[in-house]
Amino acid sequence: MKRSKIEQIIHQDTVLKQVLTDPRVTRRDFLAVAGAMGLSTAMGSALWSGRALAATPKKGGHMVSGLNDANTGDSLDCGLFNATYMICVSRAFRDSLVNVGQDNSMEPALAESWEASPDAKVWRFNIRQGVEFHNGKSLTTDDVVASINKHRGEDTTSYAKGVFSGISDVRVDGNTVVVELADGNADCPALFTDYHFNIMPSKDGVPESLSDAGTGPYLLKEYNPGVKTVLERNPNAWHPDGGALADSHEVLAILDDTARQSALISGSVDVINRPALKGIARLKKVKGVNIIDVASNLAFTHPMRMNVTPFDNMDFRTALKLSTPRQEFIDKVLFGYGAMGNDQPLGPGFTSYDADLKVDYDLDKAKHHLKKSGHEGVTIDLSASNTSYGGAMDAAQLFQQHWAKIGVNLNIIQEPQDGYWNNVWNVKPFCTCYWGARPVEDMILSICYLSDSPWNDTLINNARVDELVVAARGELDQAKRTAMYQEVQHIISKEGGTIIPAFGTDVAATRDTVGVGEQIGGGWEMDGGHFLKRWWKA
Amino acid sequence: MNRILLMVLQRFGLGLLTLFVVSIIIFVGVEFLPGDIAEALLGQGASPENVAALRHELGLDRPAHIRYIDWWAGVMQGDLGTSLANRRDIAELITFRLSNTLFLALTAAVISVPLALILGVLAALYRNGIYDRSVNIATLGAVSAPEFLTAYVLILYFSVKLGWFPSLSNIDVNTSFIDKLHQVTLPAVTLMAVILAYMMRMVRASIINLLASAYIEMAHLKGMPKLRVIVKHALPNAWAPIANIIAISLAYLVVGVVVVEVVFIYPGLGQLMVDSVSNRDIPVVQACAMIFAGTYILLNLTADIVSICTNPRLLHPK
Amino acid sequence: MTGGEATSLDPKINRPRRTRLQGALREILKAPITAKFGILVILVYGFVAIFAPILTPYGETEIVGPEFDVWGEQFILGTDGLGRDMLTRLLFGARNTVGIAFITTCLAFLIGGLTGLLAAIYGGWLDQISSRIVDVLMAIPQLIFALMLLAIFGTSIPTLVIVIATLDATRIFRVTRAVSLNVVVLDYFEAARLRGERIFWLCVREILPNITAPLMAEFGLRFCFVFLMIAALSFLGLGIQPPTADWGSMVRENAVLITYGDITPVLPAIAIAILTLGVNFLVDWFLHKSSGLKDGH
Repeated sequence: MKRSKIEQIIHQDTVLKQVLTDPRVTRRDFLAVAGAMGLSTAMGSALWSGRALAATPKKGGHMVSGLNDANTGDSLDCGLFNATYMICVSRAFRDSLVNVGQDNSMEPALAESWEASPDAKVWRFNIRQGVEFHNGKSLTTDDVVASINKHRGEDTTSYAKGVFSGISDVRVDGNTVVVELADGNADCPALFTDYHFNIMPSKDGVPESLSDAGTGPYLLKEYNPGVKTVLERNPNAWHPDGGALADSHEVLAILDDTARQSALISGSVDVINRPALKGIARLKKVKGVNIIDVASNLAFTHPMRMNVTPFDNMDFRTALKLSTPRQEFIDKVLFGYGAMGNDQPLGPGFTSYDADLKVDYDLDKAKHHLKKSGHEGVTIDLSASNTSYGGAMDAAQLFQQHWAKIGVNLNIIQEPQDGYWNNVWNVKPFCTCYWGARPVEDMILSICYLSDSPWNDTLINNARVDELVVAARGELDQAKRTAMYQEVQHIISKEGGTIIPAFGTDVAATRDTVGVGEQIGGGWEMDGGHFLKRWWKA
Repeated sequence: MNRILLMVLQRFGLGLLTLFVVSIIIFVGVEFLPGDIAEALLGQGASPENVAALRHELGLDRPAHIRYIDWWAGVMQGDLGTSLANRRDIAELITFRLSNTLFLALTAAVISVPLALILGVLAALYRNGIYDRSVNIATLGAVSAPEFLTAYVLILYFSVKLGWFPSLSNIDVNTSFIDKLHQVTLPAVTLMAVILAYMMRMVRASIINLLASAYIEMAHLKGMPKLRVIVKHALPNAWAPIANIIAISLAYLVVGVVVVEVVFIYPGLGQLMVDSVSNRDIPVVQACAMIFAGTYILLNLTADIVSICTNPRLLHPK
Repeated sequence: MTGGEATSLDPKINRPRRTRLQGALREILKAPITAKFGILVILVYGFVAIFAPILTPYGETEIVGPEFDVWGEQFILGTDGLGRDMLTRLLFGARNTVGIAFITTCLAFLIGGLTGLLAAIYGGWLDQISSRIVDVLMAIPQLIFALMLLAIFGTSIPTLVIVIATLDATRIFRVTRAVSLNVVVLDYFEAARLRGERIFWLCVREILPNITAPLMAEFGLRFCFVFLMIAALSFLGLGIQPPTADWGSMVRENAVLITYGDITPVLPAIAIAILTLGVNFLVDWFLHKSSGLKDGH
């Protein structure tokens, strides 16, 4: 397939960016890659240092951003958050116990420090003293306990119930909140970076979920769901150096791709999230506009129910995996903004990610496995909808054309958007799906890949995977954990029931009026949802 | 005169009945939509216990007819209730958006209604001439482009390239009138492109339709100038259909602007209703539907009154 | 609300019609240039819609090249984001879009026209009930009602056609009823009724010829509004679903490129505009002919 010059350049650019943003890459590694791409050493050096010499942060100014992923039904109830707009706003006016830093490490927030028992079962979080909510109320350990308990118990309405289900008890001990877990979990602090977890004021053990009083570096001045939010600097912030750069923010909900992009080009807004990838090659060339892309662990998954014929046959699954056009998926569905996937859910953002694990595109091998499975010429249904991820219908057509080459007929079923997650996903034998990025390995493996996981959408039942995931959870030795997670990656990739052609890339676009740190946090798009505090008006 | 009053009252009563039936249809419709607000809010990975807990908290575990009656009881006391999605007061939620919707509709109507009348009359006067054809081509061209396309093209030229008007209508309660006018220019022009062709063509057709009548022939034979014939003789008899056309167009301006709202980020009622339908937020959907239906009924009532008053024959059917 | 009574275009005297093909041809030759343009456009679109698969070497959903290839020899109008031939998509779009819009409009006229006629002829409670039902249906915002119905019944093409046709039928009901009412009160109709003619006969012989003109005018714009309705629905994610090529969705799919002055995404919209012009020019001519006005009057 011929590729135009522009696309080649974009592709190279994306690879370079991926290399540049990978914390494990040294300057020498980078120059080797640049050399292989035909860039001169001088050019390579310039790119490398260009990244390192980002402008210094500046305080003050008013920033206007346009975010999609908002709804007029949005609410301040953090248990119901599921979209970027509310995540970013809540991270600006409320705080969590722990934050994911820009270097993807665990950073203290309202918990000044924490320590674990040797078996990682009991965790003590020391709560910061002298912090006030925006309404003047002082932060107490009771507020923290109430904010945790919001997501626990039989009658919780929180979406994050699963995240906190491992907690068996929460109690107060002086200025410390003690969290007890049913099983050891070395990643316990990461639970409190979850975007559903906000610290809210409480009364008699009941959190005021709809209160606009947080402890964050910004005051929530105006909040109009699905329209706009106005934030102003909190003069009384506990955060070192105020905890934020711009003095005030206007966050507009702009759902339409074209409108968001026009607003950026015309200068009505300084920042947008998710510029339409279709036009991104053009957007890049607009003067004064910068594209910011961060490799993400968001996985585009295609779960097969492994109790249904022919998906119960490992050779058949392997045949599909080997004939899945991964590069074309990245080029045509993600327009270059993605990383090659290998049919297991742990993406390149995890430290345990095994970059050597690859699934090749090999039609001959695929045909061989198909023959062995005895399902040659079979017709299978794929339930698809763009609700599962933007471009899912396009992806389905790509698969259809490639699987036809080995003799598998794909019948694409366009499923309705409404009720997709209730009636199709986790019900139909083969469908399109995605899983958002999680801060730690255990969070995605526990909810989706254990034999008794609540959302085991492939019905995987592998004793070794179960054993490894539980062992790794309580393992405090990082090297041992990494080895365990890598073994899990190999098993799921080879035997699992999901096709993951690619991992996503979070993309944002800014005008020259905005400064961005050298490193951008992952975990969620827009600097892990923290961009309102971390980015500045140049 | 009494008969006219009686007729208007009768229509008004029918309007209220219609409103009542609409409320039932909308309620039943939302009930029949797959999933409910608990599932819609919790999305992928909602566990059954989660959904049940949220349903209970929102009072959705009560039977449908009880909830419907409760809703009416509230409305009768002037209480529209609170949004299920974010527990906000619906009256408050809607007032701001309704005023925006009406402002946009009025701006578009103030310009497009007289313009459509003038263009339509002139087109009838110079029918089949160059003027008629070019106005026809221009308005048909404008109406046949999907709204979002018209909007994008306007944004491209007047916002991105020339920078005359903002591409976003960043309106809040504190925005001044002049500022508001500036902000709604592009949305209003987009809407005008949609309704102008329809109104103009209907005005033209209504007048041409009358031109074949004997009394118009008579006026011609008397040697009256063409324009005078149309304005003096044809137009007065065409008011009834024209009032209807204007009513339908105005109703469209209030009710049918979802796409324009989305593209220009205009905080109107349409977007709220679409979002609420997809969230299954019944009280908000009901409130919006009542407002939309009420507007439609009121506009039609007005058109009816105009028809009756300008055409006594309607009062005395054979 | 029944303002519809007043929308009527007065009935015309039933003039002798030339039904022979020869007569029709002569009329077309005498037609103004705009009407000829209209006929030409409709013929071309019809041809393209029927013979789309023969006119292009590629399949409707076949991925044949790299994404966003520029205009060139192999792909005359370039390719779309998935590498499908743009021209092929446009040609098949004619079949899908025009076909669906045509079927929908016809169905709407069938439902709305028939009920409107019956309501006008029978009057009384049948008229009352159907008029009230239509009032209710029209009072609910059309786009949002369509949205709800499609969410309930799914977004397959048959449901789309039926839902839009039903909603559009309310408008046609009003027009038909209003213009028919003006006919049923005329003496010749009374006479026919007194003769004991059957209802079917009354409709076909006495009413239809006299209400064709206003209905045709309605048809011209309705046809266009169906395109727009489908486009608006696809904007909200419920229109004709991919991978089916449909002009409204095609504009929507590539709309982000318009901001960069790219002409390709606008092509399907231009195709819709030309067809709208053509259909309405033809309707204008027809209206003019049946209005009893002569050129240069």
